[in-house]
Amino acid sequence: MSQESYSCPKNRADVIDAYFLEHRAKLIDLAAFLDRVDRAKPESEEADCRMVAMKKALQVLLAPGPFRARRVQEVFSDYGRDLPDSTEGMKGAIGAPTGEKA
Amino acid sequence: MRYIDPHIHMVSRSTDDYQRMALAGCIAVTEPAFWAGYDRSSAQGFFDYFRLLTEVEPRRAAQYGIQHFTWLCINPKEADDPGFAREVIKIIPEFLKCPTVLGIGEIGLNKNTKNELTILEEQIELAANHDQLILVHTPHLEDKRKGTLLIMDALQNQGQIDPGRVLIDHVEEHTVELVLDRGFWAGMTLYPDTKCTPQRAADIIEVYGNERIWMNSAGDWGPSDPLAVPKARLEMTRRGHSSASIDKVTLENPQDFLSQSPRFQLTESP
Ligand SMILES: [Zn+2]
Repeated sequence: MSQESYSCPKNRADVIDAYFLEHRAKLIDLAAFLDRVDRAKPESEEADCRMVAMKKALQVLLAPGPFRARRVQEVFSDYGRDLPDSTEGMKGAIGAPTGEKA
Repeated sequence: MRYIDPHIHMVSRSTDDYQRMALAGCIAVTEPAFWAGYDRSSAQGFFDYFRLLTEVEPRRAAQYGIQHFTWLCINPKEADDPGFAREVIKIIPEFLKCPTVLGIGEIGLNKNTKNELTILEEQIELAANHDQLILVHTPHLEDKRKGTLLIMDALQNQGQIDPGRVLIDHVEEHTVELVLDRGFWAGMTLYPDTKCTPQRAADIIEVYGNERIWMNSAGDWGPSDPLAVPKARLEMTRRGHSSASIDKVTLENPQDFLSQSPRFQLTESP
């Protein structure tokens, strides 16, 4: 990051002091959620598109570079081009694009 | 400390909430017409709702020294039946004469369907014909990016809409830059589960700047927090942002955008 992109007024140690424990807990929550999913018997062989997207998003966290939040959001976004005529028979948003394959 | 909550659904909140907001420094709210948690059975249902927005809420807010302004439309969720939506659109012009109506909103898309898009285009036309500001609702979750792009295309294709008179709400990390780059205003909705937290809103300001952007609680009948804006102010304070920059995004920016309507006059200057 260049000097001018240091746009958070706090210094790094202060940011870590302020937020580390909260986000450590969220990471453990996520790990526990993944374990919970594994302990539940699957109804089909096919992976759930939401979990496929989540695993892709986890790779974004480990990749270098800024804009991680934006890139995670993009993983969870529908990039399809077709528009249905109406909402007839449609389900509400589920949080990940349908048809996401492992 | 004073702030404006420019997007909150007070019809779904109690009078206690007005009091708590006033205690936290809220001086004005603007309330867009939205999906009230159930589908209305007739256009008459909207007539009554518009009376609530233009007559009842301003009185209720005034008891706590809060000014109440509103936006009218048929929301995207109930706009999927074009015949029904057009009956509602017909009753909007008479309410546009009310002294607290700032424009058309929150129009937009919900599930990105052709029907929703048709009614969105007709309401953009309505705004253009009556020279109204526009407040836009963008879809949630996986539908947000695609819907935001479709909405901006519809606004630009109309040909007469000045993007500086349109606020596109519920932006998140993947849509904020798309919105600002096209000259629109951007709103961040602070919502406990599905939208943006106060921390992420402060992050977005640090990354994308504080021009043409505001934050709101969008408090409604769901899990939401009418004090989300003062909480975001606290988050920015905690990080060491100056009170001038905190006031900019929670008071001055809303005032600048909303003042493009001659009806938005604060009785007390901030
Ligand atoms: Zn809303």
